[in-house]
Amino acid sequence: MSTPAEALLPSEAPFWKRALYWITHLLQTQWRRLVLYVPFAWLLFFFLAPFFFVLKISLAETTIASPPYTPMIEWIDEGVMHVRLVIDNFAYLWEDDLYVNTYLNSIKISSISTILCLLIGYPIAYAIVRSNHTTKHILLMLIILPFWTSFLLRVYAWMGILADQGLINDFIKWLGFEPIRLLYTHTAVYIGIVYTYVPFMILPLYANMEKLDWELLEAAADLGAKPMTTFLTVTLPMTAPGILAGSLLVFIPATGEYVIPDLLGGGNVLMIGRVLYNEFNANIDWPVASAVAIALLLVLVLPMMLYQHVQGKETEGK
Amino acid sequence: MNNGKRSIFLLSTLAFGIAFLYVPMVLLVIYSFNKSRIVPIWGGFSTKWYGELFRSPEVWDALSLSLKIAAVNACFATILGTLAGLALVRFGRFRGRTLFSGMISAPLVMPEVITGLSLLLLFIWLQDVIGWPSERGFTTITIAHITFSMAYVAVIIQSRLAGMAQDLEEAAQDLGAKPLRVLTDITLPLLAPGMLAGWLLSFTLSLDDLIIASFVTGPGSTTLPILIYSRIRLGLRPDINALATMIILVVAIGVILAGYIMLRQQKQRELDQRMTAE
Repeated sequence: MSTPAEALLPSEAPFWKRALYWITHLLQTQWRRLVLYVPFAWLLFFFLAPFFFVLKISLAETTIASPPYTPMIEWIDEGVMHVRLVIDNFAYLWEDDLYVNTYLNSIKISSISTILCLLIGYPIAYAIVRSNHTTKHILLMLIILPFWTSFLLRVYAWMGILADQGLINDFIKWLGFEPIRLLYTHTAVYIGIVYTYVPFMILPLYANMEKLDWELLEAAADLGAKPMTTFLTVTLPMTAPGILAGSLLVFIPATGEYVIPDLLGGGNVLMIGRVLYNEFNANIDWPVASAVAIALLLVLVLPMMLYQHVQGKETEGK
Repeated sequence: MNNGKRSIFLLSTLAFGIAFLYVPMVLLVIYSFNKSRIVPIWGGFSTKWYGELFRSPEVWDALSLSLKIAAVNACFATILGTLAGLALVRFGRFRGRTLFSGMISAPLVMPEVITGLSLLLLFIWLQDVIGWPSERGFTTITIAHITFSMAYVAVIIQSRLAGMAQDLEEAAQDLGAKPLRVLTDITLPLLAPGMLAGWLLSFTLSLDDLIIASFVTGPGSTTLPILIYSRIRLGLRPDINALATMIILVVAIGVILAGYIMLRQQKQRELDQRMTAE
C-alpha cells in the first residue's frame, strides 16, 4: 500500500522534500484534530495536571529535605510498596481557629466587596448603556483603560492616599479633626478590592444591558407602573444574568486575593490567599500550603461551576 | 420630572465612578514630581526620581526580562487561544467538550495563588523526573503566562466567532473551497482584529502578573512586577511613582494612537460606502 506522499513523490526524492510533503499532507487531512488537540493537550498538562500535585502534596508530611515533603509511595525492600497518605494537614486547618477564621473572613470580605461593586457598578453600567453612541464608546474606553496599566501600581496608589500622612488624613486634619488610621485596616482592603474589581462588574453588566429591549420599560411606565415597581419587576429580572456573571467575576478572584490584603491590610487583615503564600514562601511548609489551596478550591468550586455555566451559555457555538 | 431626577442620579454616579478610577492614578503622577523622599508630603517640584529610576540597572534588567516574556507569551497564547476558540465555536459537540470549555473559563477566575502553586509543583516534579526545566526563570514564567493568557484569547475569539456572519464562509464553501481553505483564506483574516486584541491583552496580562511569576521564578530572574513589589512592600517610594508615571504615559500614548487609527479607518469606511452608493 502506498501512502499519498509516496504516490506523489518518487522514493528517490530527497528526505527533506518527502518530509515537507508529509507535513503538508498531515496538515491538510488532520488539521481539525490539530486545532483541537494542541490547545487541549496544553491545558491538560499545564492547567489540570498540576492540581493533582497539589492534592498529592497536601496528603504528605513536612520534612526537612528537598523537596520538603515526604514521598507518597515508598518501596520498602522485598518489593513491598508503602503508600503514605496523611490527612493531618487538613485536620490541622480544621482544628486551628486561625485558619477557620481566615477562611470565614476571606469569604466575608469578598462577599461584601461584591455587593459594593454591584451597588457602584450597576448604575454606572446603566448610565453607559443609556448614553448616546459616541459617549458610550468613550465611557467604555475609560472603564477598560485602567486594565492596561499595572494592577500593582494602582493598589500602590491607594497606599499613598490612605497613609497616615496621606491625602485623606490631610483633608481630615484640614477640617480640624483628629487623623484616623486607614492604611492597614479592613476599610483599606475593601477600598482596594472595590477599586480594582469594579470594572469586572461593569463590563458583564454592560454586555447584558446592551442586548435588552428597553421599550419594555416604557411599556411598563405607560401601563402605570411606578419607577420602583418597573425596576423591581422588569429591569432587575432582565439584568439578572449580567449581575450573576459580574458578581462571580468579582467574588471568586477576590476570595483568593493576595496583593491587596498584603499591601493595604498588612498583618491586620487575615485573608486566605495571603496565608497560602506565606505558608509556602516564608514558612516553607508545602504540605500545609497545598492543603490550604485544596480547601480554597473546595470553597470556590461551586461558584466556578456556576461561572462556567453562565459563560458557556453566553458563547455557546452557533 | 422623574426622568430628570433619575438622569441626575445616573450622571453623578458616572462622574463619581470615573473619578474614583482615575484620581488615584493622577495622584501617582503628581507625587512622582515631588522633591521630598516621603511621598505624601509635598517638598517642591523635582524630576530627580526619574533620573534615579533610569540610572538603576535592576529596573532595566527587570523591564527587559518582562518585555521578552510578554512578547513570547503573547505570540504563543494568541495561536493556542485562537485554535481553542475555533474548536469551541465551530466544531459542534465533541468528546471532552465540557472539560475543554471548563479549562478555558477556569483560568479567568482561578485565584492566582492556586495557579502559581500548582504550576510550581509541576515544574519541580518535571525537574525531578526528566531533568527539565533545569532552572526556573524565563521559560517557566512564559509557560505559566501562556496557560492563563490563552484562555483570555479563546474567550475573545469565541465571542468574535459567535457574532460573525457566516455568509462569506458559506459562499466560499459553495464555490468549492475545502474547509481548510475556508479557514485560512476567509475565517482567519476575518478574525485578525480579534487576534490582535488577544495579542495585546496577553502582552499586558503578562506584564502585569506578580503572583504566578513569583511562584514559578527562580533566583536571578526578577520581572518588573516582582521588582516593584519588593520595593513597595516596605512602604512608599518616589522612584516607583516615577515608574508608574512612565507606564501610564506609554499606555496613554498607545491608546490615543489606537483610537486615532480606528477613527481614520472608520472615516475611510464611511467614505468608501458613500463612493459605492454614488
